[in-house]
Amino acid sequence: MELSGERPPEVILALAGQPNVGKSTVFNALTGQDQHVGNWAGKTVEKMTGHFDHSGRRFEIVDLPGTYSLTSGSEEERIARDYLIQDPPDAVIALVNAASLERNLYLLAELLLLPVPIVVGLNMVDVAASHGTHVEAHVLQAALGLPVVELVASKGKGLRELIDAAQTVIDHPDSFQPSRPEIRPNHQPVLTEIEELLAGRSPAGYPPQWLALKLLEGDTDVAEVVREAVPGDVWERVYSILVEHDDAYLDIAGGRYDWIARMVRAAVVRPRRGVTVITDRIDRVATHPFWGLVVLLAALAALFAVTYSVAGPATSALSELISGTFSDWLRGVMDGAPEWLSGLIIDGIVAGAGTVLSFIPILIVFFAALGLLEDVGYMARTAYVMDRYMHWMGLHGKSCMPLLLGFGCNVPAVLGTRIIEERRARLLTMILTPFVPCAGRLAVLTFLGAAFFGRSASWALAALVGGNLVLLGLIGLAVNKLVFKGERSAFIMEMPLYHSPNLRTIGMYVWRNIWAFVRKAGTLIVIISALVWALSTYPGSDPESSVLGIVGRFVEPVGAVMGLGDWRLIVALVSGFVAKENSVATLGVLFGSGAGEAVGAAGAGLAAKVAAAMTPAGGPRSSSSR
Amino acid sequence: MTSLAQLPPHSHCVVASLPRSRGLAKRLIALGLTPGADVCVLQNWGRGPLIVEVHGARLALGRGQAARVEVEPESQPAGD
Repeated sequence: MELSGERPPEVILALAGQPNVGKSTVFNALTGQDQHVGNWAGKTVEKMTGHFDHSGRRFEIVDLPGTYSLTSGSEEERIARDYLIQDPPDAVIALVNAASLERNLYLLAELLLLPVPIVVGLNMVDVAASHGTHVEAHVLQAALGLPVVELVASKGKGLRELIDAAQTVIDHPDSFQPSRPEIRPNHQPVLTEIEELLAGRSPAGYPPQWLALKLLEGDTDVAEVVREAVPGDVWERVYSILVEHDDAYLDIAGGRYDWIARMVRAAVVRPRRGVTVITDRIDRVATHPFWGLVVLLAALAALFAVTYSVAGPATSALSELISGTFSDWLRGVMDGAPEWLSGLIIDGIVAGAGTVLSFIPILIVFFAALGLLEDVGYMARTAYVMDRYMHWMGLHGKSCMPLLLGFGCNVPAVLGTRIIEERRARLLTMILTPFVPCAGRLAVLTFLGAAFFGRSASWALAALVGGNLVLLGLIGLAVNKLVFKGERSAFIMEMPLYHSPNLRTIGMYVWRNIWAFVRKAGTLIVIISALVWALSTYPGSDPESSVLGIVGRFVEPVGAVMGLGDWRLIVALVSGFVAKENSVATLGVLFGSGAGEAVGAAGAGLAAKVAAAMTPAGGPRSSSSR
Repeated sequence: MTSLAQLPPHSHCVVASLPRSRGLAKRLIALGLTPGADVCVLQNWGRGPLIVEVHGARLALGRGQAARVEVEPESQPAGD
């Protein structure tokens, strides 16, 4: 029981920032373990909330989705701005990356139009310095007219000062007099005209200037809000102005960048043109059309080599511990208990949980390696290198990142497709993600490969995985041609500077992905495992005369067409629909060995039994080959 | 008028106009590609995506999108 966690927060902060500013590093450093993952109301986007204490006050901090602007182009942008307008926090911490300050200030330019006090966290000053860029925080602070605090969040530097500054702004709201961007002069009269039309009529919570500006920017959400709030004739006049000035968004954006140029003019010292920085040197190889591909394949090979050499033994040890030592111990303890109870618990639930647990070492190592690649900035390069190949499927480079994640577990991979802006490309990536052989499917393949191909199992495995990926490509091609009619989507992506990794950020990345797996897949696997055990035990005494046996034998002829002449194999296949790793667990239950044993190295006995059940059942095959 | 996709690596230019599609234009703007912005082409292999530097940040840009951004190339020693 954490008593401090029960206190209601006195101060609510929101953390805003573009992608690649180290937002999650700041969030993790501030809140530690005191975080809560939920969803934004009615949305599928994750909402991270955390708590911490600072100078005697209880703070709540809400992590806003990382967005480049607030122009309602994406669901994340809509969430961020709806939250700031409808449920404003006490202050916003706007994080900017010192290494790409100008572009980062664009979001600040938009935030400054909303009625919330802001402090700026100037993060990654160390990365910027290593690339020759120096930012004078106090000069920037003087120009912006709001607190600017230097941070190296990866080392925890500057965080206390940042919260102090936020507290000052909250306690003295009059001190917040920032410089705000303005529209370029040629569209100023039009903006004023719309403002006047909306005066006194703007819907609750929305500042009229902001509404007018968003209307001119061509924001369809805001247009809808205003259309419903104002009388029909007023809307008609506003609308005719908007149609006439549909290019005004360029002057609004231009005005923001003019403002940014004024803000940074005195504050930023840049390297001379043509100076080669570390990132250029690495990218000369990592984004080369040929060598980049070699680097990518080498990185992937290393990823899998590390995953299976480090985590493989841990997995076998863990499953042996659960299905052997622990189950035996439990059997001893439950000696007097009724048979159905010990059966359900040991052969159903514990065996299922064993299947789940035995994957965790693999997933930890896999996600840690992937998190490392992400955190140092390499993941964006995989998207760049793969872009031209993804075009064959009508996708672009960004789709490559969730697909890579899919090798670990398809569940977080499908969630990861969020980063793709266009609906069509996102849908296609979601369709393709399940074709990526995940750790669970690889475990099933490894088990069955050993059962059928003996010594050449590794070749068979490579062929199966390769075939799987070829199938992915073919289906991508087909869906793109037939359903999406070869439409192209736009590839626009930031290439962050390379920087040294932060262990805490990687740790949280691993934890979140593992938790997604345990929560979403784990519970299902345990339930299915218990269900399979129950259905294969009752009403008869052996699997043959159980519910599953009767149903299974009924559909046996269908299975025989696929070469699955044994009902137990069909049942295993069907249980794999829910979670692939289930099929091995089911085989374990049905062929009468522990499920956990089947996954580990000790599965040789089960493998032999399965192989024996499969081979004579190949009716159609043996008749055709005489 | 030249498109961004036609510029060789290490060349500098100023953005003259953005694609007509407003959705695409807005995404480019949010990432720093605005009319009048100074752009440096870091990578352009003649096929596949480009890497450019604009407003102090690096962007990867699909060839199709880069072809729709019109630019004014800058002569060697940064003439205005």
